[in-house]
Amino acid sequence: MTTTTAAPARRRSSGWHGFRRLLTTETKVWMRDFASPFFGIVFPTIILLGVGYFIPGMRETITDAPPDSVWFGLTPIATFLPTVLAMAVGTASLTVMPVTIATYREKGVLRRLSTTPMRPQGIVASHLIINMVTTLVGIALALVVAELAFGVPVPSRLGVVLLAMALGLSAMFALGMLVAAVAPRPSSANAIAMSLYFPMLLLAGLWTPGPIMPDLLRDIGQFTPLGAAAQALTTGWFESGFPMLQMVVMVVWTVVLLPLAVRLFRWS
Amino acid sequence: MAQPIVEVSNLRKTYGDKVAVDGVSFTVQPGEIFGILGPNGAGKTTTVETLAGLRHADGGSVTVLGHDTQRDPAAVKDLLGVQLQEATLHDKITVGEVLQLFAGFYSRPADPDELLALLDLTEHTDKQFGRLSGGQKQRLSIALALVGNPEIAILDELTTGLDPQARRSTWELVERVRATGVTILLVTHFMDEAERLCDRLVVIDAGRVVAEGTPTGLIDGLDDERTVVVRFGADDAGRARERLDRLAAEHPDVARVEELDGTPGEIAVSGTPRVLFAVVPALAEADLVPEDVRTVTRTLEDVFLAVTGRTYAPQEPEPELTTEGVRS
Repeated sequence: MTTTTAAPARRRSSGWHGFRRLLTTETKVWMRDFASPFFGIVFPTIILLGVGYFIPGMRETITDAPPDSVWFGLTPIATFLPTVLAMAVGTASLTVMPVTIATYREKGVLRRLSTTPMRPQGIVASHLIINMVTTLVGIALALVVAELAFGVPVPSRLGVVLLAMALGLSAMFALGMLVAAVAPRPSSANAIAMSLYFPMLLLAGLWTPGPIMPDLLRDIGQFTPLGAAAQALTTGWFESGFPMLQMVVMVVWTVVLLPLAVRLFRWS
Repeated sequence: MAQPIVEVSNLRKTYGDKVAVDGVSFTVQPGEIFGILGPNGAGKTTTVETLAGLRHADGGSVTVLGHDTQRDPAAVKDLLGVQLQEATLHDKITVGEVLQLFAGFYSRPADPDELLALLDLTEHTDKQFGRLSGGQKQRLSIALALVGNPEIAILDELTTGLDPQARRSTWELVERVRATGVTILLVTHFMDEAERLCDRLVVIDAGRVVAEGTPTGLIDGLDDERTVVVRFGADDAGRARERLDRLAAEHPDVARVEELDGTPGEIAVSGTPRVLFAVVPALAEADLVPEDVRTVTRTLEDVFLAVTGRTYAPQEPEPELTTEGVRS
């Protein structure tokens, strides 16, 4: 069997040739959809500003906590910040990325790509990167606004906060990837994502942040990826001790969900 | 004949207990337009997707440019351009962007600007995919199949959904592309498209090859019957029918005479290839001047009827095929 028909300049593709252009093109095209960048970047900050300015008492110093508690002297909006950051972690990963990938699957873009030397994994990887970056920008925006508008104190232990953030990101993106892997259509991706997103926001303290969360919600929440992230962030920001359980929970979610997503991923 | 560029041998593919491709074999020579023709659901797309290494075969072998695409699908990705049925793009990506993007995947890409010119898309470079017409989308799809400078381009149901004018200009494009030296595998359920474009073709029905050859070869291989249709005005129709019936009884080259349904006064005379020579003098002698004379051209549809015993119905209901087993 001869292989000389191919011209010598041809080379065997690694499957990633042209990935940089794929990433930049995908980013450009993705930004033309107003909703996708908006939700990932601006939505958490809008919630922060809305709660801070429109709910009475959020900017007043807490005086009804015991004077030796960590909450004494803080503002309620400050205790809300970890929840907003957790929300930022969960928004692009769960509400934007799975729908994008399910749309590409439905339109046949993933299949179209599999006929070229580029692997269809390339497009999944580029949206993972795009949404990760969006999330980080969203977090940075929320932090800057929290500082400028509400004078939220810096975290007491930055290392714990950064670790909680990183593990929260990995757990939520693993979950988002699983939704993207199995949802047959964009509408079903959206339905699955939303039915996970809102309960998770509840457990992350969107309606009952930090110190005012009922024990039952807290007990359930610590075993969910976003609830664990919010609790670990709160601990790192205001309290003492290391949120071991929450960190382990996030690691476990990641190592369970990610391989599952890879295994179940449907390309067409 | 040169070394074949594609060799498919006894290819089998099943989905559950449904056999989609049942022992298909053919070879494609460099530089030809090779057709895979058949009704919807015949197994055409499964065949080409398997030969392109996009699906696992259940049996048989496929060699493309010397590579076994079942064992090593990545080996041909750089050499093969594939235009898939029903694959679309992001609505907001522009024509220019997507061509540049795809060009970047290949080791020896074509010049995207030249391709745009070849496919009459230059003026639409900055248009977003969602705003293109059906014909423009189809031309872009061909451009994407060619942007890697492939040795072989697989074009699947290229003109489905296009208006007649767009179909004809797409056919011209395919011929222009072949003129640049690309071997083309054309998958189609349109008989006229296959007849017009293909140098050679296989007709596939229910997962099997039922005919193989050049379009004219296949048509010439049918039985030798020829038909002449003559049309008369109301005054002459009766007399003409009588005269032709008599001719059928007397003349060895005339087998039968039928009045056609639909158009009044239309009479079909069938017989040997010399039937025309019998009909014309008989009418001339009786001074019967037809308003219209035509000889019935035979097409690949007649070939399909002859080999399957069924009238060609391209829109047969598609059997349920899962997309399971598509490779990443």
